[in-house]
Amino acid sequence: MGKLYNAIFSAGIALVLACLMIGVKLDTDGTTLKVHGASPEQWSWIIGGIALVFLSQLFADQIDAAFGKIPKPNLSNLIPEGDKMVRLKPWLLAGVFVCMVIWPFLVSRGSVDLATLALIYIMLGLGLNIVVGLAGLLDLGYVAFYAVGAYTYALLSQYFGLSFWVCLPISAGMAALFGFLLGFPVLRLRGDYLAIVTLGFGEIIRILLNNWTAVTGGPNGISGIDKPSLFGLEFSRRPSEGGTTFHEFFGIDYSSTYKVIFLYLIAVVLVAFVIYVINRLMRMPIGRAWEALREDEIACRSLGLNRTAIKLSAFTIGASTAGFAGSFFAARQGFISPESFTFIESAIILAIVVLGGMGSQIGIILAAIVMTILPELAREFSEYRMLLFGLTMVLMMRWRPQGLVPMKRPVLELK
Amino acid sequence: MSQLLLDVNGLTMQFGGLKAVDKVNITVKNRQIVSIIGPNGAGKTTVFNCLSGFYIPTTGSVLFKGKEIAGMKDFQISRQGLVRTFQHVRLFSNMTVIENMLVAQHRHLNTGLLSGLFKTPSYRRLEREAMDRAVFWLKEVNLLDSANRESGNLSYGQQRRLEIARCMVTQPELLMLDEPAAGLNPNETKELDELIIRLRDEHEISILLIEHDMGLVMGISDHIYVIAQGMPLADGNADEIKNNPDVIKAYLGES
Ligand SMILES: Nc1ncnc2c1ncn2[C@@H]1O[C@H](COP(=O)(O)OP(=O)(O)OP(=O)(O)O)[C@@H](O)[C@H]1O
Ligand SMILES: [Mg+2]
Repeated sequence: MGKLYNAIFSAGIALVLACLMIGVKLDTDGTTLKVHGASPEQWSWIIGGIALVFLSQLFADQIDAAFGKIPKPNLSNLIPEGDKMVRLKPWLLAGVFVCMVIWPFLVSRGSVDLATLALIYIMLGLGLNIVVGLAGLLDLGYVAFYAVGAYTYALLSQYFGLSFWVCLPISAGMAALFGFLLGFPVLRLRGDYLAIVTLGFGEIIRILLNNWTAVTGGPNGISGIDKPSLFGLEFSRRPSEGGTTFHEFFGIDYSSTYKVIFLYLIAVVLVAFVIYVINRLMRMPIGRAWEALREDEIACRSLGLNRTAIKLSAFTIGASTAGFAGSFFAARQGFISPESFTFIESAIILAIVVLGGMGSQIGIILAAIVMTILPELAREFSEYRMLLFGLTMVLMMRWRPQGLVPMKRPVLELK
Repeated sequence: MSQLLLDVNGLTMQFGGLKAVDKVNITVKNRQIVSIIGPNGAGKTTVFNCLSGFYIPTTGSVLFKGKEIAGMKDFQISRQGLVRTFQHVRLFSNMTVIENMLVAQHRHLNTGLLSGLFKTPSYRRLEREAMDRAVFWLKEVNLLDSANRESGNLSYGQQRRLEIARCMVTQPELLMLDEPAAGLNPNETKELDELIIRLRDEHEISILLIEHDMGLVMGISDHIYVIAQGMPLADGNADEIKNNPDVIKAYLGES
């Protein structure tokens, strides 16, 4: 009985939403507004959709059971345990690293470019994971720190001619500073309130960048941002005055592929650095404190842990990672505008964290790769990108709510 | 005059119209076991919450080692050396026993991001010291064999003991225990009894105890305070309390 009610209710909601969003359309006709109904064909789609919602709710249990039968490959079992892992780990890591370095020379330029993008999202996912997965703070405005990092490099490079390598730590520092300034007043808030404030903060930063035309160029953004150089060697066709280019130095022909591969290699190094730092953090007192605070805040307070300081550290470190990724993004793109830092970016990064399995680094790396490569593979569906995105989320939550690779904590053992 | 470790004067805690604690005075000297007893809902836990900074008292002063601590933040108070347990066990249940013990020492360990990232010698030394302290206290409460077990999987009695060890590893001077014997079997209660006495005699700390188990309270307390309906009813040593007609009435009236 409850099922039927549920199904009718869901179908009703679907009907109302579909009618409002697809069923009626407003058009301007000269100075007046006209309301159009949907075409008969669209109506048949809407009715079909509503029937689907009704049936899927009515037979939710059976569907869940069917989902349950789909085998769940336990990815975390692929990772060897205990002593074996300790022995294998250095070799495994070295192997992965070598593959990552050799791979770009064997494939097309487009793939390398895409891989670089995926690496940026891995950095962002890992950074947000500190805040959401490890410290348990829901941050919906993470993209703000990404923007701060990107604009820090773009502006410093444009106005003061500073190089990428100098700006990289400055960008991370700026983003950390913003994280600190935002976190200080708002980390007292809990759960949903924190989410709303951070959401607002993300928008404020974007709107600020959009309107502060004198400095940021407003909606036009900043273009012609310098690319990173290799110990002073540039990757452009012609050297800037007093500079040397890479191909001239090595006496080879110019090819723009070098630049793409170089950017990719920088991204690999940055990601490796971020992974190293986060792995250390998780084994350090601060990492344990994040975990403890997530489990029982009251017990933490009674033991002399300053919860504001601990949350703030997670927020700040997460923000600085985004700043890192941001300045690299600006350097790779050569052009940034507020368009690149809309809420949907925050949502995608959060989706990476949730799909990957909160707290789990391997899961997040996989999810980031999937989330960047899938839209490229399904280019013909690009109009339906958000729809597919939503569908993936719903299916994942039904099939594997704990994420691709559920988190496994590094456990400290005595002796 | 020996200085008082804890000196509570006129402590009052009001929730809207309800005075949960009303002008309570408590003193604890060094190396003393002091108990607070009283019927259910008398306001004992509320007193603990005020002393440990979870509530800010409406009025009254709380001097700890001669320093006013009423109004300080909870974590600041526990850093002064006044640490508590809870009526319901609060462990980090997904973490192992040893990790629980390390979280409690966060303040000693968390010296800086960089020293931890690069595992400097001073960081390693601190970590080793924290480990040693943890091992010492786990041995004291007889939990060393379970050091690598997840604390949520321990038996109830073990969880209670871990909670005490986790407090002790912060090196407090006053330990406040909120009904530590609740839910323990007679054997475990006896062990707890011995542990509390050892904490006083060997480790030279003071203990403020809330407990309903009268046998335990009467056996180990140097001084007992009785609270009923938020107000102080009586105080004295075990014999005085046992024979106090007001106390007998309060307890009989309750049941
Ligand atoms: N935060 C609060 N807000 C409102 N009332 C409270 C609050 N905390 C405690 N009280 C009230 O204060 C009174 C005393 O509660 P308290 O928990 O201190 O009693 P207790 O002596 O510890 O009892 P028990 O032996 O059952 O643990 C109760 O009536 C309780 O409802
Ligand atoms: Mg109580």
